Amino acid sequence: MTETMKHTLLFVFVGVMIVLEGMTDFLFFSGSWNSALVILNMGLISAIMAIGVNIQWGFAGLFNVGIMGFTALGGLAVVLVSTPVIPAAWSSGGISIVMALVMGALTVVSAVMITKFLPAGKLRTAVLLAVLIVGFFVYRAIFDPAVGSVEAINPALQGNIGGLGLPVLLAWPAGGLLAAGAAWLIGKTALGLRSDYLAIATLGIAEIIIAVLKNEDWLSRGVKNVVGLPRPLPYEVDLQNDPGFVERAAGFGLDPVLASTIYVKAGYALMFTAVLLALLWMAQMALKSPWGRMMRAIRDNETAAEAMGKNVTRRHLQIFVLGSAICGIAGAMMTTLDSQMTPGTYNPLRFTFLIWVMVIVGGSGNNFGAVLGGMLIWFFWIKVEPMGILLMELVTSGMAEGSALKAHLLESASHMRLFTMGLILLLVLRFSPRGLIPEK
Amino acid sequence: MDLLNALVALTNFVVVPGLAYGSQLALGALGVTLIYGILRFSNFAHGDTMAFGAMVTILITWLFQSMGISAGPLPTALLALPFGILGTIGLALLTDKTVYRFYRAQKAKPVIFVMVSLGVMFMMNGIVRFIIGPGDQRFADGERFIIKARTFKQMTGLNEGLAIKTTQGITVITAIIVVAVLFWFLNKTRTGKSMRAYSDNEDLALLSGINPERVVMYTWMIVAALATIAGVLYGLDKSFKPFTYFQLLLPIFASAIVGGLGNPLGAIAGGFIIAFSEVTITYAWKKVLNYGLPDSLAPDGLVQLLSTDYKFAVSFAILIVVLLFKPTGLFKGKAV
Repeated sequence: MTETMKHTLLFVFVGVMIVLEGMTDFLFFSGSWNSALVILNMGLISAIMAIGVNIQWGFAGLFNVGIMGFTALGGLAVVLVSTPVIPAAWSSGGISIVMALVMGALTVVSAVMITKFLPAGKLRTAVLLAVLIVGFFVYRAIFDPAVGSVEAINPALQGNIGGLGLPVLLAWPAGGLLAAGAAWLIGKTALGLRSDYLAIATLGIAEIIIAVLKNEDWLSRGVKNVVGLPRPLPYEVDLQNDPGFVERAAGFGLDPVLASTIYVKAGYALMFTAVLLALLWMAQMALKSPWGRMMRAIRDNETAAEAMGKNVTRRHLQIFVLGSAICGIAGAMMTTLDSQMTPGTYNPLRFTFLIWVMVIVGGSGNNFGAVLGGMLIWFFWIKVEPMGILLMELVTSGMAEGSALKAHLLESASHMRLFTMGLILLLVLRFSPRGLIPEK
Repeated sequence: MDLLNALVALTNFVVVPGLAYGSQLALGALGVTLIYGILRFSNFAHGDTMAFGAMVTILITWLFQSMGISAGPLPTALLALPFGILGTIGLALLTDKTVYRFYRAQKAKPVIFVMVSLGVMFMMNGIVRFIIGPGDQRFADGERFIIKARTFKQMTGLNEGLAIKTTQGITVITAIIVVAVLFWFLNKTRTGKSMRAYSDNEDLALLSGINPERVVMYTWMIVAALATIAGVLYGLDKSFKPFTYFQLLLPIFASAIVGGLGNPLGAIAGGFIIAFSEVTITYAWKKVLNYGLPDSLAPDGLVQLLSTDYKFAVSFAILIVVLLFKPTGLFKGKAV
């Protein structure tokens, strides 16, 4: 069996699993096409995130554990781009908030300038501290009242500055841009140092982005969530009320409710597939180009690449920004799919470390591997829970009814997920470090 | 103006919590820094090792409580601590044997180790949640306070009370003892010296006949003990929740890096720097300033620089500043 055959079969295997999920309720399958499409859609998004991480890790050997943060920024972009404009918010305090933020940015920029251009010494430290302290208090003085007035506007539904009222699809590239901006800031500080430092810095920025999203109510309503975000596809209810649609559904012998839900989910699946294919094509072209070869040369031997005149830190920064932007796009797509922004649900284990498992299992350095890993691991992430429950039922079947141990085991089965994912990661790293579809 | 009351309020809300939190961070950072010095990677599983140690201790504590064993005014968890340490040492040695040793033999790059530690973190996290569940557990018992706010007010006649929780006192005292023992061990015993030699220069240490596997084994044992103690102290002082321990990773790494990765003294200093910055920046200074300043200058607002939800941002900002200006840390750590 050739390599290509084997790899195609792996993809076919994932496809068969998803089809089985739709067709049968044997063992851990659910037998619902809706559930199969939900898995497929999130699998596609995970595959895009995996491509982003693979660009960073597989091409350049950069270790980013802040994927969650970039994903969340993508989600924020959806809120900021697509929700309707709230004129009252802008007239009452929105402008001041923007001014305050510009003020804060100016403070930081001038602090950077001071450290760059003034000679080191007591004078520089004094000026620097003065600028930072004054800047901070001016920022707070403009910012705090503005936030108060924005949050006071119709707090039950809005209380934030709202969005731009643009089509939601524009939010996807916007999410990429936001994530790229954050990645640039982080990369600028942490790249060029030890490889672990980037990991720790990204871990931190992700936590902070989530903290900001949870607490800055004026921005995206914090933990009050933004629900009912605009969608690129029609609502199921509207479809069910559309006689034309009901008729066509009846033509396929489908119930209108089922048909409408499947129609919407399949529509998303098509859109996501289009984005995935476009990004995959770009990543493949980049990998094959001289640029991609240079990246791998840097990854394999930084010293040699530097001796050949390559600016390693700049190239690292470039690829770090690109990869994070892809994660941002995926994050925006995910929020669009959910049509709600819930900062409380961003969990590093799910949004950062799971993506890493996908990349490693799929095959780091190979874009197809990343896609396969994304789909496959997502399927297992969903299915480990019912599998765990099945396993626990099997284990506990001999135990007395109502025993405390049995109850505890059954109850804890859902925590098998993390354990299983860790085990898969360790096994793959140990026995097949090149992954299912290795780098060529 | 009332300087005495200002001082008491400051001690009550900033100094005492800062000292306790700083000791917990310092113990955690010591573990990270030792692993970094000897095994040369950033151990992402450290937070979950702490959670595991705390979990074993909690389970033994519950066992003791059900058997009626208690430590009088002190928390029963202190009696259970040695068992927790033993359990964690067992787990650490087991992971080293099954997981890390393979990559050591391969001389894998540090970043591979970091990734492996990620897998270990996942598994430990899963085990902890599987055994004790993801919820909040309180296991502190015994006397709650060393000094109660009201008693202090009556004793001194001041407006402001000073409350010191037993757990805070225990945290600081335990931390001092542990650090003293650790430094004695590293500086005076043969094994400790061989560990430092191995950390300074691996090749030279190997040439002088130091057995690397032995050094690594002792390191894991010490790190497991430190992690358990830090985890139990944090759990006693606040409460035990697996996810919080994962989140502690950031301030712990920040402490270790600020002090200089691989440098134990730096880890302690870093722990206190991070803890005090977090507490002072997120504390609402209104009360202290009201006492400390003349009435005409008394502030209107809360005078809180950042809301407590951003305490991670504080450790992160310090981390970034140190990375930018002094990447080896304040106390000269290992190579950048």
